[in-house]
Amino acid sequence: MATKVLYFAWLRERIGLAEETVDLPETVTDVTTLLGWLAGRGDGYAYALENPDIVRVALDQQLVHQSTPIGEPREIALFPPMTGG
Amino acid sequence: MTPVVRVQAEDFDPAAEQNALTAGRTDVGAVATFTGLCRSEGESLSALELEHYPGMAESQIEAAANRAAERFTVDALLVIHRYGKIAPGERIVFVCATSRHRDAAFDACRYVMDYLKTDAPFWKKEHRVDGGEGEWVDAKDADNSAKARWES
Repeated sequence: MATKVLYFAWLRERIGLAEETVDLPETVTDVTTLLGWLAGRGDGYAYALENPDIVRVALDQQLVHQSTPIGEPREIALFPPMTGG
Repeated sequence: MTPVVRVQAEDFDPAAEQNALTAGRTDVGAVATFTGLCRSEGESLSALELEHYPGMAESQIEAAANRAAERFTVDALLVIHRYGKIAPGERIVFVCATSRHRDAAFDACRYVMDYLKTDAPFWKKEHRVDGGEGEWVDAKDADNSAKARWES
């Protein structure tokens, strides 16, 4: 299934894309395996995701943990810890 | 009471926003506001560029504002957060709470700010005065402890 993936802040800069549409393989079952799969897509991805523990992930705009099952989101977003206010 | 949340590029007028919340009201006894401004960090920054996740930025602030409205007895709660390029001295964020008595207004403002800092998807990139490549502002541990205080 085609899934939209959004990247923000330095993840966007390192990957070189603000968004893309991907077909998630069956091996991607949770957030951890998602980040691992994305990291294998190229040097920019590997650099952006070199420290996956600090990357925040939202599935359909809901923040999730690394162990959260991936399910079938329409939209996935990856971003650094937030610095609003 | 439904809080009002606005995420916008444009500046806002804190006095006008506050007056709009109290105009014609005779039951409000307290108004607390918080305004966050962009700092130059010792004249080294020419601007901060605020990036946000449209949709989720609004919903995360709304979630915090709704919890604040439930927890404290406020009559009105307004949150404005800007995005885009913001120069030192300019406003970034505004929270205004009105209530019968002061504690609820103070607490609601502080609660919203403490959660907004760590839970609302905004990121700040520095623009340097000397033209050099600015850094992304790091999240602060102090912001996580500020939030944790409401959870004890």
